[in-house]
Amino acid sequence: MSTTSAFGASEPLPMRDDSVPSWQLLLTLTVAGALAGLAVVLLYDWTRPRVEAHKAGVLREAIAEVLHSPRRADTLWLTGGKLSGNPPSGENAKTAERVYLGFDAAGAPTGYAIQVVEPGFADPITLLIGYDATRRELLGMKVLESKETPGIADKVVQPVFTAQFRGRAAPLTGIKRDESAKMTTDRTAVVMITGATISSRAVLRGINKAIAHWQPYLDAYRPAETAPRDTLGSGGKR
Amino acid sequence: MRCHALPDIPGRPKPTATEDFVRGIWKENPTFVQMLGMCPTMAITNTVKNAVAMGVLTLIVQLGSNVFVSIFRKRIPNEVRISTYILIIATFVQIVDIGAEAMMPDMHKALGAFIPLIVANCLLLGRQEAFAAVNTVGRSALDGIGMGLGFTLGLSTVGTVREILGSGSWFGIRVMPASFEPWAIMNMPPGGFLGFGLVLLALAWWKDRTARRTAVRSVLAAPAPRQPEEVSV
Repeated sequence: MSTTSAFGASEPLPMRDDSVPSWQLLLTLTVAGALAGLAVVLLYDWTRPRVEAHKAGVLREAIAEVLHSPRRADTLWLTGGKLSGNPPSGENAKTAERVYLGFDAAGAPTGYAIQVVEPGFADPITLLIGYDATRRELLGMKVLESKETPGIADKVVQPVFTAQFRGRAAPLTGIKRDESAKMTTDRTAVVMITGATISSRAVLRGINKAIAHWQPYLDAYRPAETAPRDTLGSGGKR
Repeated sequence: MRCHALPDIPGRPKPTATEDFVRGIWKENPTFVQMLGMCPTMAITNTVKNAVAMGVLTLIVQLGSNVFVSIFRKRIPNEVRISTYILIIATFVQIVDIGAEAMMPDMHKALGAFIPLIVANCLLLGRQEAFAAVNTVGRSALDGIGMGLGFTLGLSTVGTVREILGSGSWFGIRVMPASFEPWAIMNMPPGGFLGFGLVLLALAWWKDRTARRTAVRSVLAAPAPRQPEEVSV
């Protein structure tokens, strides 16, 4: 029955025949599973604040990047079908959809930072776009998270792709590299990444969907109606 | 899954602690000799930094799971050992994943999906079946560290070839002249196969050369063949 002893082990495996009762097998797996679960959950809880703090920092930097260093940025939550500077009550505060509104030094709104999540090739791609709702054009784009194939599809993260979004208007359309002349005439055109078709399409689709979703709310929102606070704290450069 | 590398051979003296430790680094190197863990070898060796990070994370998992399997080796019934080993490995991979996300978020992001995939590295289960399940905690720990270091060495060697040819740099530092045109393919998945193949080729050539030299030396050193003497019957 002992299979491992064929290795000439330094100590022989305890010989096991059919005498091991089933409850003992079950107990071994149960105890191992419980201990494993406990270890993972404890570590997860212990590291979460650190991970969250880092994510918040990354988000602040990303907002500053896509809105071109606003003086401050406010969080606006989507509650009851409209945008509001006040967070929804209770549990909804964590899950409610939100955008970030940037202001320049004079206190005038400069644009919205909108998070976009769209399934890519490997996993959802998370982006942040800067969007001017009045002029209906993009101010910038940054990929926050992507697990796209390293070396190929992760080009969608690099400036060669992301830098071209500034000044583009939705709905975006993808064009090939050799058609890049179109970019001067067509404000919706974006040059796709060869070899990362699925990933670059996902980015465009995500942005288009997000803008279509948010445009009505952004149009309806008047910053003066509420008194937004700088909920992001050090949201922009001061 | 059975490692062809045996921990002990009956009739031979018991390996020393040094042998337990060095085994994985050179003689039974996971990458070049056992050829295990090929997925990360192909996937994340595009830069030396990624290769070293992946190697170290694998080392932690190998060490942790070797120690745990060894501690409980007499308590784990043979019938459920695979499930239990895999559970131990998976737990350590999860711990390493969470830990890396908290402590080095940028590296965690760069390695992406390949940290969870450590769980599927057959080196881990291979060492537990072949070694940790039948050896003491101390020896299993040494074996785990040795195998982890050997894997790190393997990954970073392939990473060195790929990063120098694919990006003209080593550990992010430019080493090739400005006129060098990087071979983009070395950064892409085929580059994993090419880089690994080049390293294996170099090793095979070196082994062959050493073997020939030894053979030539032994022929030269041997005394000249004696003339057969006449023997009177």
